[in-house]
Amino acid sequence: MTNIREVTVDELRHLVSDRAMTGETMLLNMGPQHPSTHGVLRLLLELDGEIVVNCIPDIGFLHTGVEKNMEAKTYQKAEVMTDRLDYMNSVGNNLVYCLAVEKLVGLDVPVRAQVLRVILTELQRISSHLLWLGTSCLDLAAMSVFLYAMREREMILGVMEMVSGQRMMTTYIRPGGVWRDVPPEFVPAVQEIVNVMPGRIAEYESMLTQNMLFTERTQGIGVISAEDCARYGLSGPVIRGAGVAFDLRKARPYSGYEQYDFEVPTYDTGDIFGRYMVRMEEMRQSVRIVRQALSRLPAGPVLSDNRKFVPPPRSEIGVSMEALIHHFKLWTEGFNAPRESVFATTESPRGILGVFLEGDGGPKPYRVHYVTPSFVNLQSMPLLTRQHFVADVVGIIGSIDIVLGDADR
Amino acid sequence: MSETLEQIVKDMKERFAVESSEYAGDTTLLLSPEYLQVAFQTLRDEYHFNMIVDVTAVDYWPQQEPRFHVVYHIYSMLNNDILRVRVPLNGNGPHLPTIEKIYPGANWKEREVWDLFGITFDGHSDLRRIVMPYDWQGHPLRKDYPLGYEEVQFTFNAAEIDKRKPYAKD
Repeated sequence: MTNIREVTVDELRHLVSDRAMTGETMLLNMGPQHPSTHGVLRLLLELDGEIVVNCIPDIGFLHTGVEKNMEAKTYQKAEVMTDRLDYMNSVGNNLVYCLAVEKLVGLDVPVRAQVLRVILTELQRISSHLLWLGTSCLDLAAMSVFLYAMREREMILGVMEMVSGQRMMTTYIRPGGVWRDVPPEFVPAVQEIVNVMPGRIAEYESMLTQNMLFTERTQGIGVISAEDCARYGLSGPVIRGAGVAFDLRKARPYSGYEQYDFEVPTYDTGDIFGRYMVRMEEMRQSVRIVRQALSRLPAGPVLSDNRKFVPPPRSEIGVSMEALIHHFKLWTEGFNAPRESVFATTESPRGILGVFLEGDGGPKPYRVHYVTPSFVNLQSMPLLTRQHFVADVVGIIGSIDIVLGDADR
Repeated sequence: MSETLEQIVKDMKERFAVESSEYAGDTTLLLSPEYLQVAFQTLRDEYHFNMIVDVTAVDYWPQQEPRFHVVYHIYSMLNNDILRVRVPLNGNGPHLPTIEKIYPGANWKEREVWDLFGITFDGHSDLRRIVMPYDWQGHPLRKDYPLGYEEVQFTFNAAEIDKRKPYAKD
């Protein structure tokens, strides 16, 4: 039995002002069970009346040791753990891991699989933004937006279930392509979402953009400059909301993003409202990408036919001895990756999502490291909340769109 | 490798005696720890690597020289290049100067490396554990740290295992 050691104020001496030591300002604990900290985030606030003097984020309540666990599993099996990191962007987590594995072993992906990957990650981006919209408006006491946003998100989760059998933890994207081809009802279902979404986005905007109750709570709150974003490494809607058109889908395209015609929305104010405007426009752009992807969805295989890395289809195993051997080898031992390291990056709904992957010549990753946008963006909390009201802290947490599973890993 | 990056790698080789390698389109520099701060200052100010993407480490235990590689990824928005810098460290309790002053975003990432690998960053403003509990013993991502598991209890040894289990009794 270990004794739980208390942390005294003296240990945090370098993070609070002198006034905290004399009792002039108050130290207030917010979270980890606070409903609007979006999970288990704890903030230690130093307050002068109702004004935030210092904010000390404390994370790690959801640390699950995913990176350590992945080192003990083969490349294919480790992928299942990646869904559980950022549970609002599980398809994106699979994608970046698969991109890293494919880069490490030099595996090609068929065109149909690439287009399916783009469709699903963009749908996931819309669903993630919808959840963000719902919950962050809930924090600002706008209940109805949440209900509307959930309605559309349900349609997208239905598509995820259709292709993979799972609503959230899909593991549909696999090294070398996707798990299996989509069912015939997939295209009409996505078409339906694409047709419905623009009208629904306009509906949300009609509720919020001109609404004084909303703008008063968001404009000029939690401002960050473009320079500070780069210095702290912030990315995603936070940096775009500060006026920098930085999007890895444009800057370093993957999965054929260079073939799609879309814009990177920006807004100049750098406040909560700017991030809101960027995300709303991003949903429209995602719809645009999905529409283009649907129109060019080619026929063909969805999984690479490189049998050294990708297991053969069931139908082949009964008739081909070689296929049986490959199947057995891949699901018992796994495939070997070279003693090299790679870094793959994607643009998640929250920002730069990267994987650093190192192989040791064997079938298990020697080191996997997830570079997660929530972890990086949370670091800006002290900067964003300084000299704001406690009530605005809630809005600011919502606006940087954190997922604690992503931050703590 | 883009032309600008090629030139940068060439310059870095002359100035800081780095070794460079390339794999699958990624460029890696192997930098000796004594040049760490001045090299990153140069990369940021002269070569426009304005964004820190990642700081992490790899443990090569039981190998001791080097036991660790600290791995930095930096990004240049101007040239759209990602550069990986590896810094080898010997021994079980290694020290490395911090780059927090150069890239403020490295603050939490270095805390994470300290927490999970036990690499001390000298001059860091706030080197506390970040994801593990305050009173945790050891550094979990080291290769000599066991993965951990739950012991399976059978009828013949249930009581014996129960004694060792770390939860509140009676």
